[in-house]
Amino acid sequence: MFKQKNYLALGAVVFVAIVLLSLPTRATAHLKLAIGSWFLPLFGLAGAAQQLPADLADSVLSRRELLHQVDSLRRENQQLKEQQIQTVAIARENDQLRALFNWRKTMPWRLKLAKVVMRDPANWWRTIQIDLGSRDGLTNDLPVITDAGLVGRVSSVSLTHSQVVLVGDPNCRVSALVENAARDMGVLIAGGTLDTSLVELTYLASSANLKSGQSVITSGLGGVFPPGIPIGQIVDSRSVEYGLYTDARVKLNANLGSLEQVWVLFP
Amino acid sequence: MNIFRTILILACAFLAVFGEATLSAPRHWLGAQVDLLPALMVYTALIADLPAVALLAVLGGLWFDALSANPLGLSIMPLAVIGWPIYLRRDLILRDLPFAQLVLGAAASALAPALALLLMLSGGKEMLLGWGTLWQWLVMTGAGAVATPFIFSLMEAGNRALGYQERVEAGFRPDREIQRSRRKL
Repeated sequence: MFKQKNYLALGAVVFVAIVLLSLPTRATAHLKLAIGSWFLPLFGLAGAAQQLPADLADSVLSRRELLHQVDSLRRENQQLKEQQIQTVAIARENDQLRALFNWRKTMPWRLKLAKVVMRDPANWWRTIQIDLGSRDGLTNDLPVITDAGLVGRVSSVSLTHSQVVLVGDPNCRVSALVENAARDMGVLIAGGTLDTSLVELTYLASSANLKSGQSVITSGLGGVFPPGIPIGQIVDSRSVEYGLYTDARVKLNANLGSLEQVWVLFP
Repeated sequence: MNIFRTILILACAFLAVFGEATLSAPRHWLGAQVDLLPALMVYTALIADLPAVALLAVLGGLWFDALSANPLGLSIMPLAVIGWPIYLRRDLILRDLPFAQLVLGAAASALAPALALLLMLSGGKEMLLGWGTLWQWLVMTGAGAVATPFIFSLMEAGNRALGYQERVEAGFRPDREIQRSRRKL
């Protein structure tokens, strides 16, 4: 029953696995992206199939409905224009004050919209793939956000696609601060395995005065995430290691379970 | 060797990995993504030949790892560890019984993620683990068990519809026929 060819085949498979696992990280990343690109035609098909119902719905919208949408968009556009005028005035005032105190001028964020094309098939990682790659100017470690808040950072880039490691994955640690009087700082680490909306904020000072509902934003330390990006809100906190430091649970603003479009933030 | 069966198995593995990466419904409803590769490996090891088992372990593992944050090549070993013992002992398994398929599917779907996690932990990787992982493991086991008989039916239907059947040799041979006649030889 245990013929030699069985052992040879098993040996060959184990050899391939060991060779692949012992490849340098850079070579593995390139190989992964190359193998992952086999799925590109299917991603295209899936995208087109998802778009089809929306296109069909658009084609059968009544004139009345369309006029209603145009009207609401006009109103929204007017409001946004007014907000922009105010923002420009505030930015000008900010620049003048910075010049007065000789502070370095901050650059406005440049954003690029990306579509989420897939999620990690393994349950023990939290990553997604987006449809922007190196041809769109993406590089590793660029922050990824939604209009609600922080989502994660770019972890690997191919020509047309990129992998984004989400907040709550062990490979995405974020330096964060709580918007309270003391501006307590901590590190955002992995959260629960089932609930993607909760993450852990750890290494907070033992004297931290945390209350449920306080906002958590990026601190800017670490050099990856710029300061001030909203992350979430404190749910509860507890003292750990006999009062050495405090841990808090944070409910993320962005809904990581149903991401469809995200913004990649360029420095 | 029926090459069509191998191609069909690999095509199904490719689509299964793609489906796992794009369909988020199981994650929303059950809290875990279902992995169909172990169930497909059970079918392959019981029905197909050795090259098909080896190809599914290597290509299926590579495809899965390429779309995941797993180290590349990690999923090859668990699939091979599932496939080989079943292949070697398949003559002793009542493979046509749905209950046998269900039990093997459950065992394979339980073993594959456990082995993958074990390999990663032994490599010093930090993953998203907790009490919820136990629930995800149960979901993967249950879903894999249920999926295995369906995979058997689906693959056999696909094979019947698109593949060629092996020629069956008849027992009758004209040269061995006993000639009977009244004539004296």
